[in-house]
Amino acid sequence: MILGAGTAGTIMANRLRSLYKPEIRAGDVAITIVDQDNQHVYQPGLLFIPFGTYDREDTVAPRKRYVPKEVEYLVDEIHHVEPDEDRVYLKSGRTLEYDVLVIATGTRLAPEETEGLLGEGWQEKMFEFYTLEGATALAHKLESWEGGRLVVNIVDMPIKCPIAPLEFVFLADDFFDRKGIRDRVDITLVTPLDGAFTRPLAAKALGDLLVQKNVNLVSDFSAGEVDGPTGKLVSWDDRTVEFDLLVSIPLHVGADYVGRSPGLGDDMNFVLTDQETLQSKRKPNIFVLGDATDVPTSKAGSVAHFEAEVLEENIRRFFDGEALEAGFDGHANCFIETGRNKAVLLDFSYDVEPLPGKFPFAGVGPLDLLKETRRNHWGKLAFKWVYWNMLMPGRDLPGVTTRLSMRGKKRGDLPMLERHAVQGGAPQSTKSDDEAANVA
Amino acid sequence: MTAVFAGHEVDVDHEGYMQKPEQWNKDIALEIAQDVGINELTERHWQVIEYMRERYMEAGSAPSIRALGKESGVPIKELYKLFPKGPAKLAARISGIPKPRGCV
Repeated sequence: MILGAGTAGTIMANRLRSLYKPEIRAGDVAITIVDQDNQHVYQPGLLFIPFGTYDREDTVAPRKRYVPKEVEYLVDEIHHVEPDEDRVYLKSGRTLEYDVLVIATGTRLAPEETEGLLGEGWQEKMFEFYTLEGATALAHKLESWEGGRLVVNIVDMPIKCPIAPLEFVFLADDFFDRKGIRDRVDITLVTPLDGAFTRPLAAKALGDLLVQKNVNLVSDFSAGEVDGPTGKLVSWDDRTVEFDLLVSIPLHVGADYVGRSPGLGDDMNFVLTDQETLQSKRKPNIFVLGDATDVPTSKAGSVAHFEAEVLEENIRRFFDGEALEAGFDGHANCFIETGRNKAVLLDFSYDVEPLPGKFPFAGVGPLDLLKETRRNHWGKLAFKWVYWNMLMPGRDLPGVTTRLSMRGKKRGDLPMLERHAVQGGAPQSTKSDDEAANVA
Repeated sequence: MTAVFAGHEVDVDHEGYMQKPEQWNKDIALEIAQDVGINELTERHWQVIEYMRERYMEAGSAPSIRALGKESGVPIKELYKLFPKGPAKLAARISGIPKPRGCV
């Protein structure tokens, strides 16, 4: 039984169908997937909607198209899971029994958790771009906006695709430049982190790019409330950032039903998960992948892809009564659009920082790690095809290994991180003359 | 790794978070508080510390700042006044429990 037919759930459905093809045909294995609707959103594409590069057509497809026909597809809402009964209770009143449960219900935005965000000015001067509706509304606003103070605010961590807010400010810089109004737009990124990104080395490289592109950075800022009419973003410790246009990345929480399922999740409704085997901490026959977990790596499609390979093997082992493989290393891989048809590529894990070098083949690439190039940008655009045609069907990607590979990476004297010591980084400030001088 | 607080040798991680909450006492809390720049622990501080410890013993993890604001009886705004900059982390450290899990 798979809950959720997004990126992670769909990849799992395809992999398990392939793994158990003969058993499904013989009627010994049955796979069911449940989702509340039939609209699959290509989430990496949402970033491009506000700037008019993509529209709805580029980002939406029916979920069912990517779920194999041997897998039963149910449209219903989940009320809760009873781990002790091996049962899922649906809102329609139906209950479903399972031998193995795979949770892939992701994360949702919780703008209601920030006082004032949904108040006066919402979708007029305060927007988000993590949903199709939000990104589309922002596209309409940007078409006619004549400039002023643009503030991009991350309310709290974790968020989906933690580099998306950075990409947004880079693309905004490019967008206003092409419109000829860059000099009338003041762009500020306001983050609860102490630098531009969660990982120190990447924070430094990306912080330098912010300086280059004349984007202000306000760090260590935990947003508490927003006032639309006066255009004020206020932190819990009473600091204020003023805006004419706010793009918020609201608080992210796990699916609501997790909170109604005894012992399954933490207080943000993320599912308590073993970070190496991806087994639920609540019960051995429950497994978790994608954004729904509480494991300390990025919430991103590439992570779901790497997790799916480990999980397929562990589900097979579980059914066969073998010990699970502690195979997931937190591997994440992401393109960062930096504007002007360039992009940066990051590849990292629980223990290894994003490092410079070539990817996926040492010396050859063709992609450059931690460096802004045109080829990375074309890689990012090509990813849309890879997503629908290779990632969703659960195929392996050529040259890309499940566990992070040190092939092609230049380690130099950079330290391996101690597990969990993943927060932090040198504070970046665009106001520092030293750093501006370094860039020059 | 160990450290000595208020004359007691306790297990800590490399950032100074205690690893064994049972080694904690109020004198240790006062000393850690001073180390992080909080010179006095008021009744409200203690209310938060007690909640943090209870919750850790019960759930095995430190609460997020939002859970802390909702369940400790001390609103988030006040938490930032009591434990400036990072209430969830600072309160965990003073309460003698491991560092709240970071996120990426």
